[in-house]
Amino acid sequence: MKDIRWRLILIAAVIGLSIWSFYPPQTKIKLGLDLKGGVHLVLRVHTDDALRVETETTVERLRDSMQRAGVQFTKADVVSATEFRVEGIQDDSGFRTAAADADTNYDRASETSGYSYRMKPNIVNQLRDQTVTQALETIERRVNELGVAEPIVARYSGADQILVQLPGVSDVRRAKEIIRSTAQLKLTLVEQGPFPNRESALQAFNNTVPSDVEILPGRQEGGGTAGTAGTVFYALKRVAAVTGRDLRDAKQSLDEFNRPAVQFSLKQDAAGRFGNFTQTNIGKPMAIVLDNRVMSVATIQGRITDSGQITGINRDEMIDTVITLKSGALPASMDYLEERTVGPSLGAESIRAGFFASLAGLGFVVLFMVFYYKLTGLNAVISIVANLVILLGLMAFLSSVMTLPGIAGFILTIGMGVDSNVLIFERIKEELATARGARAAVNAGFDRVWWTIVDTHVSSLIAALLLLQFGTSTIRGFAVTLIIGLLSNVFTAVFVSRTAFELILSRRQTAAQTLSI
Amino acid sequence: MQLLNNANYNFLRWKWHAIALSALVILGGLGMIVTRGMPLGIDFSGGTLIIVQFDQPTTEAQVRNAVAPLPGEEVVQQYGDASERRLLIRLPQVEGAVEGNSLEQGSAAVEQALMKAGLSNPTIVNRELVSAVIGADLQRRGIYATIASLLAITVYIGIRFRFSFAVGAIAATLHDVFVTLAFLVFFGYDLSLNVVAAILTITGYSVNDTIVIFDRVRENLRSRRREPLDKIVNESVNQTLSRTIITAGTTFLSVLSIFLFGGEALRGFAFTMLVGIVSGTYSTIFIASAIAIILSGGKARAASATSSSGDVVQGGKKQKRAKAS
Repeated sequence: MKDIRWRLILIAAVIGLSIWSFYPPQTKIKLGLDLKGGVHLVLRVHTDDALRVETETTVERLRDSMQRAGVQFTKADVVSATEFRVEGIQDDSGFRTAAADADTNYDRASETSGYSYRMKPNIVNQLRDQTVTQALETIERRVNELGVAEPIVARYSGADQILVQLPGVSDVRRAKEIIRSTAQLKLTLVEQGPFPNRESALQAFNNTVPSDVEILPGRQEGGGTAGTAGTVFYALKRVAAVTGRDLRDAKQSLDEFNRPAVQFSLKQDAAGRFGNFTQTNIGKPMAIVLDNRVMSVATIQGRITDSGQITGINRDEMIDTVITLKSGALPASMDYLEERTVGPSLGAESIRAGFFASLAGLGFVVLFMVFYYKLTGLNAVISIVANLVILLGLMAFLSSVMTLPGIAGFILTIGMGVDSNVLIFERIKEELATARGARAAVNAGFDRVWWTIVDTHVSSLIAALLLLQFGTSTIRGFAVTLIIGLLSNVFTAVFVSRTAFELILSRRQTAAQTLSI
Repeated sequence: MQLLNNANYNFLRWKWHAIALSALVILGGLGMIVTRGMPLGIDFSGGTLIIVQFDQPTTEAQVRNAVAPLPGEEVVQQYGDASERRLLIRLPQVEGAVEGNSLEQGSAAVEQALMKAGLSNPTIVNRELVSAVIGADLQRRGIYATIASLLAITVYIGIRFRFSFAVGAIAATLHDVFVTLAFLVFFGYDLSLNVVAAILTITGYSVNDTIVIFDRVRENLRSRRREPLDKIVNESVNQTLSRTIITAGTTFLSVLSIFLFGGEALRGFAFTMLVGIVSGTYSTIFIASAIAIILSGGKARAASATSSSGDVVQGGKKQKRAKAS
């Protein structure tokens, strides 16, 4: 009797804790995107971009140090994102000293009168990994600027994939643009241009553009209102004087004609560099390039140190540009691999349908158990309801997400609870037939099925655990519900139900011979 | 109350009929999959799926005409109840479109086509865009997860029961997976992530049932070593029959409530579960034990059948049971 009292206290404590943990469910149970509405995005980071930048910078630095050391060479060119080649070297030892820096990240191989370089595999992996991490951090900052509640930004299955989940976002298009915009800001010299089209720009270089020049589109200057101007092309210096990394801050402002503009300022070291750059290039045209688009071109009037302005944009562009510039540039471009958008109305309907289906399922089961097992059926009902309460409690406690398939997992948990209870009850019935008395039958029933219950639950758990590796949150929701349901079912179907049986039996004065089952 | 009083059916007599029937269904399903291909949902094939809500009643034909000029084969279906005025539009993956905003192309084209056709105020309530990269990735994981789950369950049953039983249980589970796939093809359901989740659940569930019977066989084997194995197995199936039917029945009812009331999004999932439950119960009664018997050498005596590997396992089990009680 004392034993039963402790067991009852334990059960009451578990149930109480569970209810406390998930009550009130509206705020404590987290809903997945398919129920709440929102967007699920998977992006791929083009890590090759970052490798190419690294190789380009290395070549640029190498040219510089060779020129300073007076080493003769005919060519130093980027071959691919991870390779470059230096040709026509006369003074080999002089070159080796000048190019010592390149050896830390690149493997060098001799060629006739030159060398080819290939990025070391571990450096490649490290750079790729770093790029994805940087992209992830940048996206996090942007999503926070967007003001989304409880967003998820995480690495996804592939090495170069990022998962973004934005609950309750209505303007999906804008969110996608802001996340993906590389926000690569460059201030660079204009070599030639503007040209009316890309072809004429190419012709200016006899169709062979030097490796340090690139041709980019831009808006035609001079048109008073934005939007009326056509597209023109500029030939620009590839290496920028200032990039997005050098930014200290960006904020909304107005240009001299009271049109929307973005005011940015530079970090201290960049400001010094920019000062020298503008000083030596007075009178030359300089372009402000954002995401490979020339935003504006102006002639350098004098030394500029620490600030500039992006003009020729509309109000919305201004707001979004400030967000992306402030959150920093993405180290590489990205594209979308997957998008799943659920409107909030559809989600609410799914909740209603799922809730109703759960109630109907539970109703079926309760009716059947009470009809078939009479009063003892109530034991099963108690243990199944206890199971659902514990399941909800643990889900709230572990802050796991309730999804639409998760609701199906709920209903399956009801089914599993019935399974275990029926298994036990049928066994007790059989044992009662051998007429050893109700108490002995109950004990034998529970003991004999214990290992069967363990076996069945382990095999279901195996299947559920393997479901977890599907990255989509909806399926994970299902798997988590199933796993928690299975574990708590062992407790309720065996421990809670047995305690209920023993409570009934202990109320009787004499050892009962019968049990209504 | 008793569902089946002292059930005593000779299930094993029907074992070859049962195996033939199952083979027929499975081969029929596989034949259709081989000739027509397994219809894949956009989770696995990649593509665009949009659910559009209209102000006014709009027919499938109207929408089908509107999107007909788009490349590829479009699927247009009513989604949910007609009174909700929702239609599902599905486009295949656009060939060679990987870069940039191409993921959105299909969706944007549908929106334009609907506007052009002047259909009453279409609102997109749900949109799924899946690239081929993700589709292939999920396909790989789906196959991997199913195989891994079957293997892991085989290993577990192999440890807990003797070998021929493990084979019987896995044969029954594989049977259920294939029968479920066959019925999905027969009834024209697409293989989606939710459906794969249901199939994996079925693998766990199907083994459940089988384990209950095998546990009973093992228990009976201990007390009645002199009787033929097939007699003991048949009796064990009968002894657990009312439990098997009640459990399958109640689980079937609760999944039926998902199928009926759970909404359109869970329909494929619920259908898969329903087929799996019926197939699982059938295979538990007719297939699993039949294969275990055939592998154990037909009418071999229980004593000789257990002596080789069974005793070790049973010893371990006895110990554990002593601790548990």
